[in-house]
Amino acid sequence: MKKLINNPDDIIKEQLEGMQAAHPDLIKVNFEPYYITRAGGPVKGKVALISGGGSGHEPMHGGFVGHGMLHAACPGEVFTSPTPDQMHLAAKAADGGAGVLNIVKNYTGDVMNFEMAAELAMADGIKVQNIVIDDDIAVKDSLYTAGRRGVGSTVLIEKICGAASEEGYDLQSLSALCRTLNQNGRSMGMALTSCITPANGSPSFDIGDDEMEIGIGIHGEPGIQREKIKTVDEIAEMMTVSILEDAAYSRALKEWDFEKNEWVEREIVDEPFKKGDKVIAFVNSMGGTPVSELYGVYRKVAQVTEKFGVKIVRNLIGPYITALEMQGCSITLMKVDDSMIKLWDAPVKTPGLRWGV
Amino acid sequence: MLKKEHVISWLSESFSVLEENRQYLTQLDTAIGDADHGNNMYRGFKKVNEQLPALEGKDIGAVLKAVAMTLISTVGGASGPLYGTFFLQAATKCTGKDELTPQEVSVMFKAGLQGVKMRGKAQPGDKTMIDVLEPATTTLSELVEKGEPLDIAIKEAVSVAMEKLKETIPMIAKKGRASYLGERSKGHQDPGATSSMFILEAFSKAIS
Repeated sequence: MKKLINNPDDIIKEQLEGMQAAHPDLIKVNFEPYYITRAGGPVKGKVALISGGGSGHEPMHGGFVGHGMLHAACPGEVFTSPTPDQMHLAAKAADGGAGVLNIVKNYTGDVMNFEMAAELAMADGIKVQNIVIDDDIAVKDSLYTAGRRGVGSTVLIEKICGAASEEGYDLQSLSALCRTLNQNGRSMGMALTSCITPANGSPSFDIGDDEMEIGIGIHGEPGIQREKIKTVDEIAEMMTVSILEDAAYSRALKEWDFEKNEWVEREIVDEPFKKGDKVIAFVNSMGGTPVSELYGVYRKVAQVTEKFGVKIVRNLIGPYITALEMQGCSITLMKVDDSMIKLWDAPVKTPGLRWGV
Repeated sequence: MLKKEHVISWLSESFSVLEENRQYLTQLDTAIGDADHGNNMYRGFKKVNEQLPALEGKDIGAVLKAVAMTLISTVGGASGPLYGTFFLQAATKCTGKDELTPQEVSVMFKAGLQGVKMRGKAQPGDKTMIDVLEPATTTLSELVEKGEPLDIAIKEAVSVAMEKLKETIPMIAKKGRASYLGERSKGHQDPGATSSMFILEAFSKAIS
């Protein structure tokens, strides 16, 4: 293993110290326990948007704290969910009196820890909703497994919902927007090489020099199949077509019911893409793939979507939700309407995403 | 009667048995999980054990709530929220109480069990801690209803739970990380059910 680190045990702390040193105007890092809030403190009267998850996916989530996006983020150890005490304190620090929306990626640990955090915050009188993001179409079955994983859509949702919070959406309407965006988004990933977690020091999985893993997760979880590597045109076309042709997906996700005062399961169905849809296209690097190659991917995504009759109205290209140094990419398509496009275009000023300001 | 001193001794017994079986739990978890259950439970209950002197004199609800908070912030993964929820929900039934009648103990266990079921969405037969906690709680409450003393009831609950623990071996996991193994999860005893068994045994030891 070759990495730019000191002691593997200190990498989260040192990364956060570096972020604090680099962006004192944007963020404030709390070290015991770890959480990141906006430098200016809670935003009065606006719903606080909070996310979190294992580290190793930077710039997500800590790099998305700032005006127009998140109000707080909770980093866990590498690829390990943060704990409810972090999330609870982050909620208390970020709540501006209008409640908290937790954006939770669908992994067993993350979901349970965020539920506990929501209960703790509610016990303090803070209004909280959790919306689970599950957009990875590589997972087909939700009956006998934990269901689709939360991947690329998360970044787009944090941006759009962040703008909606600035616009003054209340907790209920912001939650509804978040849920709709999750239903509108689908992603698929692939890898050419494995990532190496600093604690283990060796590749998380073995893959031949001439092989690729289709449907990889952002922690190196196995995908749909292992194949011989192909050209970027063939790979990008296969992934884009899989996303565009993915059938309706139905599953139950837990949300807080403010009338019954308990968690309830909501049956949620993602409808497939259809001709005439307007989408945001997001081509993401898993960390090790250069931007030059991402543009090669985007070129094909644009061709395939056009042929399908789906119109790309905005795009995002670059490393935004990574898996350490893994080589590979993910493609996300998210159907949007004019109001969502307007929110996408709204100003954002965070360490990892910045425009319009 | 379950006195608050019994609760403190339950927690310290839990730490001892989890410390003793740290490697064993991790071995079970290596087969069908991510090889950290023993270490995680040890780390959590070690922290609980360190806090016990400061909790002496507090009421049972306050002690159990403190335990819950410690477990959710130190155990991590899915076990942290699951055991944290057990103690947090159990605590809500003992607020302000320095001792519990056998009926109240039964209510406490039921609340903890319901919390874990709500959190993890697991049912009996899914190869999880529910496969031990549910039959133990049912046995305990049935015997308490019949007027059996608490120590006898919990002994019987532990022996029922022990049989149920063995029944997790041939099960196919339907929840958690082991669920991705499907058929390959057969033939292994569930690590979470095993740690639940240890905590029940510690309870029996503490009141006998």
